[in-house]
Amino acid sequence: MATAHHDADVYFVPHHSKWPFVGSISLFVLMIGLINWFNGSDTSFWIFMAGIAMMIYTLFGWFGDVIRESEGGNYNGQVDISFRQGMIWFIFSEVMFFAAFFGALFYVRTFALPWISGDGHGSLANEFLWNGYVAGWPANGPEAIGGAFETLPAFGLPLINTVILLTSGLTLTIAHHAMVVGQRSKVLTWLGATILLGFCFFGVQAYEYIHAWGDLNLRISSGIYGATFYMLTGFHGLHVFLGTVMLLVVWFRVLKGHFTPEKHFGFEAVAWYWHFVDVVWLGLFLFVYVL
Amino acid sequence: MKKFRPQHAIAGLLASLSATFACAAEKAEPWQLNMTPGVTATAERAYDMHMIMLWICVVIGIVVFGAMAYSIVKFRKSKGAVPDKTFVHSTKLEIVWTAIPTLILVVMAYPATIKVIEAYDTKDHEMTVKIVGQQWLWTYEYVGEGVTFTSRLDRESDRLRQSGVVVDANNPNYLLDVDNRLVLPTDTKIRFILTADDVIHAWWVPALGWKSDAIPGIVNEQWTEIREPGIYRGQCAELCGKDHGFMPIVVEAVPKAEFQARLAAMKSANDETARTASAVPAAAGPQG
Amino acid sequence: MANTHADTHHDDHGHQQSFFQRWFMSTNHKDIGTLYLVFSLVMFLVGGSMALVIRAELFQPGLQLVDPSFFNQMTTMHALVMIFGAVMPAFVGLANWMIPLMVGAPDMALPRMNNWSFWIMPFAFALLLMPLALQAFGIGSGSPAGGWTLYPPLSLQGGSNVAFTIFAIHLMGISSIMGAINIIATILNMRAPGMDLLKMPIFVWTWLITAFLLIAVMPVLAGAVTMLLTDKFFGTSFFNAAGGGDPVLYQHVFWFFGHPEVYIMILPAFGIVSEIIPTFARKPLFGYQAMVYATASIAFLSFIVWAHHMFTVGMPLGAELYFMYATMLIAIPTGVKVFNWVTTMWRGSMTFETPMLFALGFVVMFTIGGFSGLMLAMVPADYQYHDTYFVVAHFHYVLVTGAVFGIMAGVYYWLPKWTGYMYNETLGKVHFWGSTIFVNLLFFPQHFLGLAGMPRRIPDYNVAFADFNMWSSVGGFGFGFMQLLFVYIVWKCARGGVKAEARSWEGARGLEWTVPSPAPHHTFTKPPVIRDEDLSHGDVAH
Ligand code: HEA
Ligand code: HEA
Ligand code: CUA
Ligand SMILES: [Cu+2]
Repeated sequence: MATAHHDADVYFVPHHSKWPFVGSISLFVLMIGLINWFNGSDTSFWIFMAGIAMMIYTLFGWFGDVIRESEGGNYNGQVDISFRQGMIWFIFSEVMFFAAFFGALFYVRTFALPWISGDGHGSLANEFLWNGYVAGWPANGPEAIGGAFETLPAFGLPLINTVILLTSGLTLTIAHHAMVVGQRSKVLTWLGATILLGFCFFGVQAYEYIHAWGDLNLRISSGIYGATFYMLTGFHGLHVFLGTVMLLVVWFRVLKGHFTPEKHFGFEAVAWYWHFVDVVWLGLFLFVYVL
Repeated sequence: MKKFRPQHAIAGLLASLSATFACAAEKAEPWQLNMTPGVTATAERAYDMHMIMLWICVVIGIVVFGAMAYSIVKFRKSKGAVPDKTFVHSTKLEIVWTAIPTLILVVMAYPATIKVIEAYDTKDHEMTVKIVGQQWLWTYEYVGEGVTFTSRLDRESDRLRQSGVVVDANNPNYLLDVDNRLVLPTDTKIRFILTADDVIHAWWVPALGWKSDAIPGIVNEQWTEIREPGIYRGQCAELCGKDHGFMPIVVEAVPKAEFQARLAAMKSANDETARTASAVPAAAGPQG
Repeated sequence: MANTHADTHHDDHGHQQSFFQRWFMSTNHKDIGTLYLVFSLVMFLVGGSMALVIRAELFQPGLQLVDPSFFNQMTTMHALVMIFGAVMPAFVGLANWMIPLMVGAPDMALPRMNNWSFWIMPFAFALLLMPLALQAFGIGSGSPAGGWTLYPPLSLQGGSNVAFTIFAIHLMGISSIMGAINIIATILNMRAPGMDLLKMPIFVWTWLITAFLLIAVMPVLAGAVTMLLTDKFFGTSFFNAAGGGDPVLYQHVFWFFGHPEVYIMILPAFGIVSEIIPTFARKPLFGYQAMVYATASIAFLSFIVWAHHMFTVGMPLGAELYFMYATMLIAIPTGVKVFNWVTTMWRGSMTFETPMLFALGFVVMFTIGGFSGLMLAMVPADYQYHDTYFVVAHFHYVLVTGAVFGIMAGVYYWLPKWTGYMYNETLGKVHFWGSTIFVNLLFFPQHFLGLAGMPRRIPDYNVAFADFNMWSSVGGFGFGFMQLLFVYIVWKCARGGVKAEARSWEGARGLEWTVPSPAPHHTFTKPPVIRDEDLSHGDVAH
């Protein structure tokens, strides 16, 4: 890959790259693995892992190219803006993904459950199908799918996790400020703290899941409550995990001296992502745990 | 293979263009071009709404396509037309062609609103029929009368469709016939409650003027008041699996007195079966 | 790689690459655009063949060719392939080819990701079509058969295909989102100096707004099908009332995606037509700014009308009225577009080459489809129309004579720019007239069928529906064969013919016509100077 230095007014258009094609194959293998897994095949796990491995290989190769080009000074300000816009719109798409699940939660709580409890519009369903059913929240429906369960109090572990994530947002901001003034070791410290907090969050959530699943009988199959609870917190947790990994990569890049006070978009992109994950958590804390 | 029958085309045209033939509502006619006004107030509302919309759209279409056709004829290069490159913008025109459609929409919305509100008025119903959709038959219950029965595609249609032989018009009710019809009284406000056991179905008899989804775990409500005795045919209208196309509905509307007699007969027949087979399942309950 | 020049990336090295490098590892917007367009054409033939299976079975009453469950698979796959495989990639292909040329950019903003967006698609469709293929070998239960809307609980009754379909949709979503991000970044960041937002060609504007719609709703579709997935495989109760969920919830989430999706399939076509009509009327587009605002209004409204697909699910009265009113409003900005197109022709100097014919056909027949859409929006009447062939007629008018005609108009219009040759004008005209006659024979009688009471998604029907179905099928096969002619015309044009000039059409304006035909592998590596006379809509002061 050529990394010759470029005029500032020339937009860098990379040469050929095998990564998009390799990446597509990786996704394909990964999906085949998942599909076979869901359809109950034994070998699927290994196909899935192969897909993951190929995906990681792709990402390393691809981002390796990007970093080399960036370090080679190929990217002018305009390229930088393209990256920024790409990241912003990607985060927007993630917001809309979560919106689907928040919307589902909102719909069942505001409409579906009151209706089958005989409120206004739905009184007939209550009269003819689910006679006498009165849904509160949490609910697992008139047939109590998944059996009795308890929920996690908001002001226990979830509150701790809220504090952890908010703090991590703060530490990350400190790291960013240090980056802007060029204090590399300070960046490493505070970024490291952010990563640790990310892992802490993840650990607390894992503990919470084990507790909920085992002790409280709160499962993903516990009616609509279990479904929305695990879907929302689960996808969020996945995002925390990926965000933490991304922060870790950035940490090593800081260590290698990839960033300058002026140019550190890799850092910023991950920071944006982290803040997005943070904000989603606040929504979760409010709508899933508190209300 | 069917032959083209001009007399059908003409009859269909007449039947559909003049809204007065209530008989055309029983089932679709060959060459039928239009909706029919049906045999209920709801069906008539649907028909009126449809015709209002149709004519407004035809008029707008004539204006728009007319202007286009005029341009195409008049302003063609081969006729030596010279483009007027200054005519590229007019706030006045933009306002006009925003305002006029807005007014037209208001004109449409007014009757539509009234009609929807009327359709939602289930007050003062005199009887209730429960309809349960299943793959692939309907269960009907006269609520409070203890009469429940199922209704599915008739044998003859089933045989024909299996055979794959092309059916000719000598079986006009192909796929629109059932073993047990739903008998309903005329001039009676009947409430329907609809649900389903397995997947979503939709109960639709065009002559009654509405369709309503039958959804597992949910109950929908509709009503009807049939004006004329007759046999009205319809079909399931929501994809429900492989035999979705083979889930017909037949309503037999009879005068009130006759209905009471038919209901009584059904009741005693029901008691009969209840005695012979001791366990008659009640109305099919929901399965999660 | 030959690195003989200091500025290697901007040399025309299109000829030095191996086949594999050029087509599999590309970062060139033109090559990727070509890939998209070819892919889309293949998918159009695949989806069209499925439509022909449907039409063949419906040629006569009685079950002759396929069994009912395979028929439902065809209906489902036909729609998924046409929407996600034919129409959407065709628009992305056109965007790839034309947007950088139209705004004076050297390439797309994120060229490598661009190639990824494309290459995910063939794999996504491999997944989508795999159950269908496996069925031929007696493996599995075939492809999904619950309609393209995948309503639960029916769609969950599918066998192993559920997971295939859902993950295929995830991949398509990823591809569309990345494609859309790229298009937005290109338009917002890569315009040549002087190409102000309100000087951009309308095609670019419509795509900017479409891309926004894509990013907003594809993730919602992903969410909807993910809930299907967990309901099926992890025992969640999102769509199960017994567990506190609601089957109707799925429909709300799906249509929140689905309605904007239909505008995703029409807005770029609006853009194409807005390029073509001024060219062949030799007069700038009338009401440029009004066109931009109308497009934005349509996009906004598209988010708040979704439940007009659900008038019969039993919503509260207020919801029915609200969704009816909101839906009706869309007629206003759409009308603004139609009126501006007609007024562009007014006092013009028109000629009728094939692109113009398709554009005119678009205006007329899309409007007919729009009228039937407005009829569907009226709740009292929709109680009768819903889930009948009247709806099928409506959406094929907007999709086939709308979206597909728009794409074809665009292909004829820009083909000289892509290949460097003029296509055969006589054959083009035959293609247009043949298609137009057959497509109306195909879809117009479906209005009558629906009004007479024929439900959609049925493999067999009462004899009363026989005549119009037969006509419709004849039209379907006729239309299909006309498309083979289209393939021939395009193929022929790519191989040679009369050399095309840089400005292939006398009245054509816009930056794309300032570069040679065929467009060199790299264009605008140095931003062009924008002169207002070059722009397609002339008087930019307004
Ligand atoms: C490109 C795709 C496309 C487009 C552009 C549209 C455009 C519109 N559609 Fe359509 N629609 C579909 C694709 C599309 N649709 C599909 C695929 C389905 C079925 C999905 C499924 O169930 O599988 C569907 C179904 C569908 C339904 C549900 C029907 C049912 O299932 O019961 C409704 C109901 O309101 C509807 C309405 C409209 C309206 C009001 C418009 C409007 O945007 C049209 C506006 C245009 C005009 C009105 C014409 C031009 C205007 C003028 C000349 C101005 C003056 C006019 C007046 C004032 C009248 N559509
Ligand atoms: C952009 C979208 C799009 C397009 C372009 C089309 C194009 C066509 N559709 Fe489409 N259709 C839908 C979207 C589309 N459709 C949707 C969303 C549905 C609803 C599905 C559902 O209910 O879930 C639907 C449903 C649908 C039905 C109703 C099915 C049912 O309810 O059971 C029918 C029936 O006539 C039909 C017919 C056709 C035909 C004849 C064409 C023709 O225009 C196609 C013409 C093209 C060709 C015929 C290809 C040419 C190729 C050859 C002739 C040779 C073959 C080549 C090779 C083998 C390589 N479609
Ligand atoms: Cu029952 Cu379709
Ligand atoms: Cu819609």
